[in-house]
Amino acid sequence: MSALSYTRYELLRTFRNRRFFLLSLGFPLVLYFLIAGPQRNNHNLAGTGIDAPLYYMIGMVSFGTMSGMLSSGARIAAERAVGWNRQLRISPLSTRAYLRAKVLTAYMMALLTILALYISGAALGVSLSASDWLQMTVLILVCLIPFAALGIAVGHMLTPDSIGPAVGGGVALLAFLGGTWFPIPSHGFLHVVGQLLPSYWLVQASHVALGGHPWPAKAWIVIAAWTAVFTVLARRAYRHDTGRV
Amino acid sequence: MSASGSAIEVSALRKSYGDVRAVRGIDVAISAGETVALLGPNGAGKSTTIDMILGLSQPDGGTVSVFGGTPSAAVDAGQVGAMLQTGALIRDLSVGELVAMVASLYPAPLDVAEALELTGLSEIAGQRTQKLSGGQTQRVRFAVALVSDAKLLVLDEPTVAMDVEGRRSFWATMRELAARGKTILFATHYLEEADAYADRAVLMAHGQIVADGPPTEIKAMVGTRTIRATLPRADLDALAGLPGVSGAERRGEAIVLSCTDSDAAIRALLGAHPDARDIEIAAAGLEEAFLQLTADDAEGPEAGPAGSPTAPFPGVGL
Repeated sequence: MSALSYTRYELLRTFRNRRFFLLSLGFPLVLYFLIAGPQRNNHNLAGTGIDAPLYYMIGMVSFGTMSGMLSSGARIAAERAVGWNRQLRISPLSTRAYLRAKVLTAYMMALLTILALYISGAALGVSLSASDWLQMTVLILVCLIPFAALGIAVGHMLTPDSIGPAVGGGVALLAFLGGTWFPIPSHGFLHVVGQLLPSYWLVQASHVALGGHPWPAKAWIVIAAWTAVFTVLARRAYRHDTGRV
Repeated sequence: MSASGSAIEVSALRKSYGDVRAVRGIDVAISAGETVALLGPNGAGKSTTIDMILGLSQPDGGTVSVFGGTPSAAVDAGQVGAMLQTGALIRDLSVGELVAMVASLYPAPLDVAEALELTGLSEIAGQRTQKLSGGQTQRVRFAVALVSDAKLLVLDEPTVAMDVEGRRSFWATMRELAARGKTILFATHYLEEADAYADRAVLMAHGQIVADGPPTEIKAMVGTRTIRATLPRADLDALAGLPGVSGAERRGEAIVLSCTDSDAAIRALLGAHPDARDIEIAAAGLEEAFLQLTADDAEGPEAGPAGSPTAPFPGVGL
């Protein structure tokens, strides 16, 4: 099976790229311990009634996985820059198989990031029921779909030297507006804007685990809409990306 | 597809980039099993043509068919293996893994070990792709093209970064592949490569085909073969007047005749001077044929529309 074999080599390459691998995985961990460590005994963060280690674990999961998904775009941009993309285009590898390999690789990194942060959270005293862990994880993985598509789209639209600032700035902005760093107020401008962003729901995915917040239909609609937009964008970008870079 | 079928058919193909008319209406048909050199200086339109044959860019006008279908249908069916002019390798795989990965994309690839053997890469199969020299990288790119075991191989200036030894073994492998019945199209601006390895040379300049035939025929078109013989006391003017001879000069004991028809000239020479010794008949390099043909084209009537002067050969920029 060519598609799965291609995915296998993609995974192998990702794990072998130690700097990429360790930085992607390590950075959210370091940030988490720096922020949440000193507040490990704060059980009512900013009046929300949420434990600080739990809140920041969730925030860091959304930040880490979001930037991981978009970093896959940086790897695509680098492949294009050396002309590898054109080489793939003259092989029988289908668009579908190519996109699947990229998405699965990005998800593998995201899963490892989530796992590492869960373990770190548990180390700082986060304690949830098995069904909460599971439900939260499934929702997070669903909310990452638009980011996987966005990563591929930007990878095929930007050059290696422009993608760094674009992804760095984009993730920071999405994280800020999505409530990764501090709780979004429950009304007002930020609340309205935030609710339209996939990053907001990525953070909210965990609130199901925090109890009391059901997963609203609105979340599904926002995630589905961004997924559709970014998937169309990614497919188009890949299809049109046959020129010399 | 029978062995005599058509592998590539290009008709009235055109492509412009902005004001630059890179390909200006070319027609060429390549039969299955042929080895064809696409010859021309930089900027002649060779790579643009190859991009369209591979489906990497869309023609502005005209058509390309590969094995009777669209280029992308042939690519999707795994019928095409190609080595592009530019391109490095993706990192973090060994040479063997990279070739195996590409092999896995094709329906009926060559055995990976055989592909590595054919390209002289067996020794460095375990080395990471980011640690190779330029020549080694080029050989891996060749392995990537041929591991497909596709019936059409398209190679855009394949020997550019290779050293002398690399080139020699590259062409030995190419001969092996041609013997297996592959159709091979390679672009080059090394005239001696077309001369030595192609059944047929298609000469491009300024986005047009200026000659198409066996490399020997192209040389004959400009009629530059030379006859050299030891003939101490001959009269140069009389020699220059022989049938098929366009010029004569003396080099010490020897005379050198430039010929428009070397067959007629040698008969006439031996008729007039039975004592001529050490006779050599040599084809002029394809280089000369190339210069003459492309220079003619630059001055020719097809040099673009009004207001679009054609750069004189060897002017580049197309």
